[in-house]
Amino acid sequence: MKPSVQFKNRKYVIAGIAIAIVLIYMARLFMLQLMSDDYKKNADSNAFRKDIQYPARGLITDRKGRLLVFNEPSYNIMVTMNDQLGIDTLDFCQTVGISKEEYIARMAEIKDSKKNYGYSRYTPQLFMSQIPAEEFSLFREKLFRFKGFSVEKRTVRRYEAQSCAHLLGDVGEVNRRDIEEDDYYRSGDYIGKLGVERSYEKELRGEKGMHILLRDVRGRTQGKYMDGKYDKDPVPGKNLTLGIDLELQQLAERLLEGKLGAIVAIEPATGEVLCMASSPTYDPKMMTGRDRGKMHQALSNDPMKPLLNRAIMGTYPPGSTFKPTQGLIGLQEGIINPGTTFGCSHGFNFKGLHVGCHGHASPIALVPALGTSCNAYFCWNLYRMFSNRSLYKNNQQAMTRWKDHLVAMGYGYKLGIDLPGEKRGMIPNADYYDKAYKKSWNALTVISISIGQGEVTATPLQIANLAATIANRGHYYIPHVVQSIKGGQIDPMYKEQKRTLVDRRYYQYIVDGMRRAVTHGTCKGANIPGLEVCGKTGTAQNRGHDHSAFMGFAPMNDPKIAVAVYIENGGFGADFGVPLGALIIEQYLNGKLSGASEAKASKFQSRHIRYGDYKR
Amino acid sequence: MSYNASSISNPNRKRKSGFTFSADWIVIVLFVALLFLGWLSVCGATHEFGDTNFLDWSSRSGKQLVWMLCACGLGLCILLIDDKFFDMLAMPAYVGMMLLLLITPFIASNHKGSYSWIDLGAVSLQPAEFAKCITALAVAKVCNQYGFSLEKRSDFLKALAIVVLPMLLIVMQRETGSALVYLALFLMFYREGMPGSILFTAVAAVVYFVVGIRFAHDPLPSTLSMIGEVSVLSIIWIFVVGMLRVYCPKDELTWSIGIGGLIAMAAAYAVSAYIIPFDIAWLQVGVIVVLVGYLIWKGLGDRINNYFYIAIFAIGSVVFLYISDYALNHVLDTHQTERINVLLGVDTNVTGAGYNVNQSKIAIGSGGLSGKGFMNGTQTKLKYVPEQDTDFIFCTVGEEQGFFGSTLVLLLFLALILRLIYLSERQTTTFGRVYGYCVLSILLFHVFINIGMVIGLTPVIGIPLPFFSYGGSSLWGFTLLLFIFLRINASDKRRLRP
Repeated sequence: MKPSVQFKNRKYVIAGIAIAIVLIYMARLFMLQLMSDDYKKNADSNAFRKDIQYPARGLITDRKGRLLVFNEPSYNIMVTMNDQLGIDTLDFCQTVGISKEEYIARMAEIKDSKKNYGYSRYTPQLFMSQIPAEEFSLFREKLFRFKGFSVEKRTVRRYEAQSCAHLLGDVGEVNRRDIEEDDYYRSGDYIGKLGVERSYEKELRGEKGMHILLRDVRGRTQGKYMDGKYDKDPVPGKNLTLGIDLELQQLAERLLEGKLGAIVAIEPATGEVLCMASSPTYDPKMMTGRDRGKMHQALSNDPMKPLLNRAIMGTYPPGSTFKPTQGLIGLQEGIINPGTTFGCSHGFNFKGLHVGCHGHASPIALVPALGTSCNAYFCWNLYRMFSNRSLYKNNQQAMTRWKDHLVAMGYGYKLGIDLPGEKRGMIPNADYYDKAYKKSWNALTVISISIGQGEVTATPLQIANLAATIANRGHYYIPHVVQSIKGGQIDPMYKEQKRTLVDRRYYQYIVDGMRRAVTHGTCKGANIPGLEVCGKTGTAQNRGHDHSAFMGFAPMNDPKIAVAVYIENGGFGADFGVPLGALIIEQYLNGKLSGASEAKASKFQSRHIRYGDYKR
Repeated sequence: MSYNASSISNPNRKRKSGFTFSADWIVIVLFVALLFLGWLSVCGATHEFGDTNFLDWSSRSGKQLVWMLCACGLGLCILLIDDKFFDMLAMPAYVGMMLLLLITPFIASNHKGSYSWIDLGAVSLQPAEFAKCITALAVAKVCNQYGFSLEKRSDFLKALAIVVLPMLLIVMQRETGSALVYLALFLMFYREGMPGSILFTAVAAVVYFVVGIRFAHDPLPSTLSMIGEVSVLSIIWIFVVGMLRVYCPKDELTWSIGIGGLIAMAAAYAVSAYIIPFDIAWLQVGVIVVLVGYLIWKGLGDRINNYFYIAIFAIGSVVFLYISDYALNHVLDTHQTERINVLLGVDTNVTGAGYNVNQSKIAIGSGGLSGKGFMNGTQTKLKYVPEQDTDFIFCTVGEEQGFFGSTLVLLLFLALILRLIYLSERQTTTFGRVYGYCVLSILLFHVFINIGMVIGLTPVIGIPLPFFSYGGSSLWGFTLLLFIFLRINASDKRRLRP
């Protein structure tokens, strides 16, 4: 048989092989092209370089439009590990000013995905950050030699004045938690860490833009993808206007030099914070640039705690500044009326308990009692209230009512200021004493709360807020630092009037009392000619030397400013609190200090308090 | 004109003028379609975004267009040549080509490690591309001799020698890929009567190799053996028993032996799993040795040579299994070992040896159903795929034309091959049929290996995709190959006419 005939059927085998191959390849193509999205993503990550465009952070100005914080260009050196091969390391190190060891260590750090969250060898990683423009020019000239290194233009925060450190806060690199919480952030981004920078981060940061560039196999850019059709430009951050008056703030900081304490001033009609100084403070410039971490560490380790914003984080016994609240509660609850008098024989003496007081006329009514800051009056007031069984079934009920009043006045809970880290202070309630005294307690046990001692603590902000509430005759706005956001809205809660549980009419007696304190009583130092100042001193006892406090507002009938001053271990309220408060009021209301006041300010600026090895 | 001589017997034919009447139009249409798609791919692979100056002579697409026009001219010329010419010149051309291949490495310049390109001023030619055609003609000529049969050992060796000689010469030029193409001619040998067991043995060797290497280091649970070794030994057992069934149909013990062996293996696994773990491959080898013993005993007793052949297959299989691992790691070059490891999925290093295939898979995979559109492929435009206009040209098809486009190309090639099978079978002469099978085998091999490597199914062997890959030599080589067959076919048709 001829092969042509004999093996004719083998053509089917051969055709079968050809068909089988094509079918298998079609199945494979189906798998590659239609079953998986990975190849598409892979191709995109190959070809597209997403060039992130960083927005400028919003500017911050004071209430008069004076610039507080602005931006300056700075540069980050980035490295793409996959591309950085065969560069002249020595030359590189010299150009950027680091040692070879630092270079090796930094490279190892970048590659360590535990430290460098989200590390990829194909995308640029931060090598060195925040290089100022002047230092950067040399590197830019040589950049073409350093394959795999690239530059990212960023901005760095600059501060117009050496002031407002606690308020403004600072920006720093995001940490791992920030990235996990908000996927807006990538490793190496900046985020507000403290102060307004942190609480208004979302407004200030703006929106990152993105340019999609085509990148060839050697990493060279080959133009924009689809001529920039999918590009997004960055949206700059929103500018903030603070309620702060820079001059007032600077004066407050000046007056606090060499002391521990805080000064807070609020505009009663709006709740805007006019100044908020805490001492010791630091220069906000220190917290920018590459050394931020080091500086932050040093400040955290300082025993005087300069990072602590005492105005909102320091909780102190309010002392006699607390007395107006007691008067208000007494009047509202009907325990006293403006004519009620109590005797004071150098203090409150009852059932063997003695609370001291200084010498003054006796018996005494509410207004003069506030004027002279009589302890006995307010002790009797509390005792009467807690013992009144026709109004309250027991001590617990009286205590709860008392607490509710104070909470409505802004004590015991965070006020809700737009700054991070606010403390709530302490207003004890019935449960607290039930636990502490196993339910066997009475008015006398807790009598010291009536004069702002004992368990009661408050932040200087809460004290200032009380002054604002009295100035407003019974309502307040939650204190806030930011007055307005350009192109945005501040939280509506800051526009909401908060009323206390005390009738407006009762406030007049307290105002009178505080006016009397200035004209005839403990706050004589605050009697500024031409300004109707109302005030209340506080001398808070504590383990060491007394704290000096002052709370006041002015003018009496058209209040523009409410202020609280708290100086740790400053002695009597009249020693530091009153004169500093008076200077703040004068500066704000007159726009300047008189010659005599200026001399007084300088005197207080240089009057430092010795704290020894102070530990909070 | 060339058909005049033979058309004497067919006076009616004279009224119809032109050779076009007798050339196979289907093949020509397929040829032109592939050529056109190929040119589009070269445009896509060599031009950057927005650059549409495809006709520019300095660009690769412009040059390819010139090569294409030349190829069409070449095809036309071939159709005009008298077909006796091919028969006549087959042997002299073969001798000349072998001499050219012999001297090529000495006069060629180094071209990416291979010495196969001869510079001719502005262009360079690769003689190996044309040697395929000449060799096919020579094999066809030899097979056409009166009384020639591949079943005769001397004839088979003669034909084999004609195929192996150019292979060796091309290996000397360091063009291993081009040399391997000649293996495709075994498909033609198979058609012409080479025993099917040779083809089966080749397939078996590939299966042993792939399975053995792929799973060489994966331990089989609850034994001390490796999956690769155990699987291959099991496959050998099945193959040997199967051959016994086919080639010695009268053997009564085949089924008992086959099933008995499998039971023994299963029992060994059970012992290993529940009593004491051991290497069950040893038992498998033992079982195969016993079977070989039986085969030899039967062969000697019954005087049937098939028993011996099967025994040799069994022994060869086992030896091949144990040698292939050694050869892979100790005999082959490092880059070859890497390529094989990458292909088999042993090595998944996408930045090293696996880079090309990984990137080409990304290119094709990212094309999706309908592709990114002509001139819109990012993988190819941005040069992520190496050799994208030559060996990896199919990436461009996959990326820019998607599943539809790449399937269309595959189907066009399949249609061409099936048409060639049909035409070859219609040849009246052995010369025509053998040549036709040579052409389709070579085409099939190129398509199989080239597209296979691009989609990650076959090893990366640097051979072009016919009609697609950029380059004049390969295009002309394939044109020559195809059109000579068309010419032979055209005259054959006339001879058939009454």
